[in-house]
Amino acid sequence: MTANPRFFSRSELVGLGVLALLLVVILPMSLDIFRLNLVAKYLTYSFVALGLVICWGYGGILSLGQGVFFGIGGYCMAMFLKLEASSVENTKIQSTPGIPDFMDWNQITQLPLFWQPFHSLTLSILAVFVVPAIFAFIIGAAMFKRRVGGVYFAIITQAIAAILTILIVGQQGYTGGINGITDLRTLHGWDIRTDSAKFILYFVEVACLFGCLLVALFVKHSKLGRILLAMRDKEDRVRFSGYSVANFKIFAFCLSAVFASIGGALFTLEVGFMSPSFVGIVPSIEMVIYAAVGGRMSIFGAVYGTMVVNYAKTSLSESFPELWQFAFGALFIAVVMLFPNGLAGAWNEYVQPLIDRTFSRNKRSTSVASEHPLANGAPAE
Amino acid sequence: MATEDEGPQSRLRRSLLMGMAAAPFAGLLPKTAFAGAPATSAINTTGLAVTDTEVTVGILHSVTGTMAISETGSVEAEKLAIQQINDAGGILGRKIKIIQEDGASDWPTFAEKAKKLLVNDHVAAIFGCWTSASRKAVLPVVEQYNGMLYYPTFYEGLEQSKNVIYTGQEATQQILASLNWVNKEKGAKTFFMVGSDYIWPRTSNKIARKHIEGHLEGCKVVGEEYFPLGATQFNSVINKIKLKKPDVIWMDVVGGSNVAFYKQLKAAGINLDKQLLLTISVTEDEIDGIGGENIAGAYACMKYFESLKNPNNEAFVSAFHKMWGDKTVIGDVTQAAYLGPNLWKLTAEKAGSFDIDKIAAASPGIEFKGAPEGYVKIHDNHHLWSRTRVGRARPDGQFDVVFETPDLIEPNPFPKGYQ
Amino acid sequence: MFGDYSFSDLGSIFVMQGFAGLILFSVFVLMALGLAIIFGQMGVINMAHGEFMILGAYVTWMTSTFFQAHLPALFSIYFFIAMILAFLACGALGMFVEWAMIRHLYKRPLDTLLATWGLSLILQQLYRTVFGAREVGVELPQWMMGSWQATDSIQIPINGMLVMAITLLITLAVAYILYFSSWGRQVRAVVQNRVMADAVGINTERVDRYTFGLGCGIAGVAGSAFTMIGSTGPTSGQLYIVDTFLVVVFGGAGSLAGTIASAFTISQARSTLEFFTSGSMAQVMTLLAVVIILMLRPQGLFALKVRK
Repeated sequence: MTANPRFFSRSELVGLGVLALLLVVILPMSLDIFRLNLVAKYLTYSFVALGLVICWGYGGILSLGQGVFFGIGGYCMAMFLKLEASSVENTKIQSTPGIPDFMDWNQITQLPLFWQPFHSLTLSILAVFVVPAIFAFIIGAAMFKRRVGGVYFAIITQAIAAILTILIVGQQGYTGGINGITDLRTLHGWDIRTDSAKFILYFVEVACLFGCLLVALFVKHSKLGRILLAMRDKEDRVRFSGYSVANFKIFAFCLSAVFASIGGALFTLEVGFMSPSFVGIVPSIEMVIYAAVGGRMSIFGAVYGTMVVNYAKTSLSESFPELWQFAFGALFIAVVMLFPNGLAGAWNEYVQPLIDRTFSRNKRSTSVASEHPLANGAPAE
Repeated sequence: MATEDEGPQSRLRRSLLMGMAAAPFAGLLPKTAFAGAPATSAINTTGLAVTDTEVTVGILHSVTGTMAISETGSVEAEKLAIQQINDAGGILGRKIKIIQEDGASDWPTFAEKAKKLLVNDHVAAIFGCWTSASRKAVLPVVEQYNGMLYYPTFYEGLEQSKNVIYTGQEATQQILASLNWVNKEKGAKTFFMVGSDYIWPRTSNKIARKHIEGHLEGCKVVGEEYFPLGATQFNSVINKIKLKKPDVIWMDVVGGSNVAFYKQLKAAGINLDKQLLLTISVTEDEIDGIGGENIAGAYACMKYFESLKNPNNEAFVSAFHKMWGDKTVIGDVTQAAYLGPNLWKLTAEKAGSFDIDKIAAASPGIEFKGAPEGYVKIHDNHHLWSRTRVGRARPDGQFDVVFETPDLIEPNPFPKGYQ
Repeated sequence: MFGDYSFSDLGSIFVMQGFAGLILFSVFVLMALGLAIIFGQMGVINMAHGEFMILGAYVTWMTSTFFQAHLPALFSIYFFIAMILAFLACGALGMFVEWAMIRHLYKRPLDTLLATWGLSLILQQLYRTVFGAREVGVELPQWMMGSWQATDSIQIPINGMLVMAITLLITLAVAYILYFSSWGRQVRAVVQNRVMADAVGINTERVDRYTFGLGCGIAGVAGSAFTMIGSTGPTSGQLYIVDTFLVVVFGGAGSLAGTIASAFTISQARSTLEFFTSGSMAQVMTLLAVVIILMLRPQGLFALKVRK
């Protein structure tokens, strides 16, 4: 791998352009608002997949608890929207008007302290970024400083996802319990349920996605990205070279947490509710497979992988619900055993050479996954 | 890399194009209705999927995932009811066509599929949802797109919507009469509550506790315990029950946890012939998994049992078994799901229209005399008037009905003094 | 909370509560043993472990229906036959899975996790298609239900004692196999240094296959035993998986004694907390404590020094 003086290689610029064309022009023009809203829902997961590319593909840290961060972002946004929806006017039939309905059902007569900041949109958006970062920092610092990695990290993050789910479900007076926070209506008086709002939100989301993609590309091309790669392959050598391995890992983990959280916040806006079913183990592992299908080393692959898997899920489960379960299970196995580099790998192996031949370019492409031939896929432990 | 996405995308576009291509032909269909049936334009002014021969409805339950266990019965009952209606000539001269969607035990999927049914398919009614969480996810959708949902499960109350008919009991209908019964008939004074940790058991127990401590003389709750959904270890709480020696164990544990609880209760030497146990979460469906011998002797508070003796029920049970096999059992919710299509038919005929607003307006006061549970009537608040019954579990998985309220109980989703 | 009760009442409750803790302990050991062998000895994460247990449970259910229909006279002892069948079925499936899937992934432990998760989804749907979405009730012989009346106020569940006995038996058998048989020596040699083991003539591939098969077989027996106390449905297996992994990791991978010690600690903590708080809180508190301890001591209670 040669150092690239520019931040983005040519093929990455092409990649960004193609993705922009697809998301900004083709999909909005060809899909009705219902299908477009579905695409918007899928895209929120691609934020998580993108974070996983950074921390799993590059950093070698497999987190099976990304749902935790998706949930944190989603709940931060949902709490703000719920407070706005629970104005005294809207909730006058309750025994304590002005608090969310589920609190009233649980005999809570006063808004709990930790809900107070969510009256403000600014603070809520700030929380979407800060809370997951702090949370990830605490987990990451505790684990990486003690050199916990690989499988142990995966299982502990999984346990954290389980704990958080049980807590949210159990503390229903404060969190809405298993039903989650539902019936969200307006954002600063702007009704987010209408078709036009969905349309605008879709573009907001695409803008956020491109922001995250740029950050991810920047990280990849910076020294940080190269150290992450080196660390994944031979952690000790990086450590002996004088780098603090733990700090880099913590950073990668925090970044992926923030990405997931942004996705969660957008999910709440797009779908109109948040529930603990996105926090647990099952969704967390499903999100890993999106990244794996796209290609765990491919930043663009994360977006395409998420969309392809979710599209398949929606259409297959509409017609053959049983078949979908088998297909989904087989997908996990196939992507691990046969295509460890996912779609991006297939692209680089078959399509890219074809394009190169057609345009007879001699210059070796420096596209995403070809940079690092992934013979073994996952990091050596 | 865009080609990877080409497949699904072009398929989407193709299906869209096909949709557009089909549209002009729709106009070519004969406008005249069948003899005797009212004209489509008269009974459908809001663009629902009603043709001269057909009316489309949606069924939205989980066929996959953890809730498939419970929701299968509801799907079967709804299909049976719809087939019976079609065999009898349909509604307003139209046969019912079903579009079934799978909620996959996943709440956003429920919301998404409900939206699809309403926006894409323009269904005239949705029969579906089971858990409170799925209903809460679907509710904003049916309200926004003005659909009609028939919801079959007994639930916690605290809800009322123009767009929902609740064919199951709200919490007070299920709880209060049975508490009175166990207090009066069995002299029970102390209660120990065990529930799954989510909104329905917690709200039900809250209502039960208020009733026990506020309305029943000298009665008290000596313990209240919650377990995460899917919990399988109950030995500790069983020991606590042994220590407190309550007159009644009050149960609202749901799903597979029931199996573990009753097996462990029996193994711990608690004999349900001597110990009163009152459950509001076990129907014939659950006993299938628990095993009749493990739960025999427990009392369940429901509005319907398969063993009810009346002509409506006998016809219903034999039709159900004929359609779905002799081994299937019919629980409370299954019967409530059967009511949905029937109530909708009666309402549409009274309103003379499929329009959602007219259906909603015509619903209060609808009486269904052919209900397997007996006579039911829709209240102004869109819940059903119904009886409370207490049944005692037999080893063969059926219940003996031991008590039944003489009158229909008024549904009261926002009970004063119980909140 | 104890003010109102007599001394003897409390005494018997504590005895019974102690047994409840022991039963939970046995359940944890049974769940974790198979995984400890696979994870500890091979470094493989088997996310389908719960589904192997459920396979054992279904085998038990099929055996019970078969005996009811064809050999009602022997119904009272069918359970032991079912257990052996469960062991064989799960062991065979495990060996097949090792051959078809796992052996290609030994260098990529995180990937085995994803692949076995996929396997678990397939198995779940398979159970649903074959046995139906509803839970099946496994009917037990009469003598296994009920309880043993130790004194007037102390009752000990018979099925709980059976679970404890089975656990003890299997643990002893596994300990013997791993630490005293020549095959066990081979397994441990492979764990400590695969290349050297290969060099001295141990067929490491075969050792791997049988180790995986043994782990899965034990999962099958565990599943069979759990039909006495729990439910058997397509997705029941998933309920156990987090607890199981935590027990193994908490004990320190590769150490049988560690697994047992951690199962004991977690189960006692859980059942005591359950008694004094509530089921939901007890689970959160024990999980949280385990995670915090693991952050402070990532190698677990007992760690085996392994040359990598």
